[in-house]
Amino acid sequence: MKRLMKIYLEKPELAAAVFLLLLLVVFQIRSDGVFLGAQNLRGMLGLLPEMGLVAIGVTLLMICGEFDLSVGSVFALTPMTMAVLLAAGMPFAPAFAAGLAVAALIGFINGFVTIRFAIPSFITTLGTLFVARSLTVVISGGFPPLLPPNALPKWLFTAYVGPGELFRMSFFWFVVIAILVTVLLSRTNFGNWVRATGGFLPAAQSMGIPTARVKIACFMLCSVLAGFAGTIQVMRLGAPLPSIGEGLELQAVAAAVIGGASLAGGIGTIAGGIIGAALIRVIDNGLVLSRVDANWFKMAIGLLTILAVVVNAWLSKRAKAIKVET
Amino acid sequence: MAAPIIEIRNLQKWYSGVHALKNVSLDVYPNEALGLVGDNGAGKSTLINILSGTQKADAGEIKLEGQPVRFTTPRDAMNRGIETIYQYNSMVPTMSIARNIFIGREPLKASLFGVGILDQKRMRDDSVRAVADVDLHLRSPDALVGELSGGQRQGVAIARAMHFKSKVMILDEPTNHLSVKETKKVIGFVRSLKEQGITCIFISHNMHHVFECCDRVVAMARGEIVLDKRIEETSIDEISGIL
Repeated sequence: MKRLMKIYLEKPELAAAVFLLLLLVVFQIRSDGVFLGAQNLRGMLGLLPEMGLVAIGVTLLMICGEFDLSVGSVFALTPMTMAVLLAAGMPFAPAFAAGLAVAALIGFINGFVTIRFAIPSFITTLGTLFVARSLTVVISGGFPPLLPPNALPKWLFTAYVGPGELFRMSFFWFVVIAILVTVLLSRTNFGNWVRATGGFLPAAQSMGIPTARVKIACFMLCSVLAGFAGTIQVMRLGAPLPSIGEGLELQAVAAAVIGGASLAGGIGTIAGGIIGAALIRVIDNGLVLSRVDANWFKMAIGLLTILAVVVNAWLSKRAKAIKVET
Repeated sequence: MAAPIIEIRNLQKWYSGVHALKNVSLDVYPNEALGLVGDNGAGKSTLINILSGTQKADAGEIKLEGQPVRFTTPRDAMNRGIETIYQYNSMVPTMSIARNIFIGREPLKASLFGVGILDQKRMRDDSVRAVADVDLHLRSPDALVGELSGGQRQGVAIARAMHFKSKVMILDEPTNHLSVKETKKVIGFVRSLKEQGITCIFISHNMHHVFECCDRVVAMARGEIVLDKRIEETSIDEISGIL
């Protein structure tokens, strides 16, 4: 019993999951049953993948001990690159690939500069936040490019599918990627290296793990996921706005932290990051449906982030205090 | 006497103007426990870092079992059977015992370009056995290393090195920050290495610990070896006097 309790207390995403369930119930009651109605679920599930994908990447990178503030800008630059190429007459597949390649390149620069010059990733990615945003506006010329009709394969990414057309295709992409990254982190040797690199760098190095390459790979994965998420949003909206994703980087960090990831690295789960992202979406949507002034949204996210860290710290302290035989 | 397992010849190392190793030559014989003592900055750590692949020598050569070797990474040294256990602990506290034991050497079920699916059952089974082999009794390989005591952690590190059949084990200040009881345990581990036929280089500030578990003691000062004697032929006082 004690052992079981200890195991659960040590799961950092647990508190967030419990809170998510609680909120679902509260909002369901406060909105007179509209909140979990098909119509509203459709809306929420359609938006979740965009933020969820960004949160997956940011969580992975945080577990690896690094930090990415540039995801919001990459979220805009990737689809803008694609859109500019599409407007110039390029077919979808190469334009899409070029967009993701740009995202990967920014991820590589983030990782390479951070490691090569031994500077905090906070600074490197703060720089690329501005650089990527600026590039987005410059290549768009200030106006969103006009996309040729039917240039985007919406059926593959954003069309409604499933029973009662409840889901968008993007939701399935999100689920598949979430499972893949979870498996990568928890079931592969690469995942073991990521956790070791973020958990205690000197030990990882002395055991011969290529920590620089592991970190750069995580930076690139994080960036590509953010770019992909932005591309999905542009397909949903139908137009590539240069301003999308502003502020997203901080929400993604909040999601990861709410889900139990530690800023110091080594601790956290992909599921936690997703739960954190879901919480943010649920609060955003639930406040509106409960007829609360929507401007309270940021207040709620802010308080939740602090609360999550405090509660997690308290829980893990309690878990440590429970003595079981080792 | 048997041929040395490690022969170090005329090793030199400079750090921006500081001559950290001055022509150091040393033979280490199979199955002996060698104590390496010396003050901070005497060159012990530099010598060990070169042997374990974390630093490169500026001049000189090292032979392992008669063959010249030149390690460029810690992995090179590990692959040749030299395992180092550092004072700051070569374990990741936020990971389980099983995962720590196999860091960087994970058994895989299938792999592509070096990345693959972990064989978690084998990891757990093997770590239970490895830990039991060093007489350490831990109930679950899934416990986090951060929950273990300092002595238990060193035990797991030693279990790891033994599991991978290392021939030479370098212990860098393994008794630092440990309680008396835990220190005893670590010294017990070092003694048991001898029974397993493993050569051991034991680095410590504490002369008593060295005299408790080593066959031979080498003292370093200012980048040079200043004493090299069997334990029976010297005393703590003699070494303290030289240092």
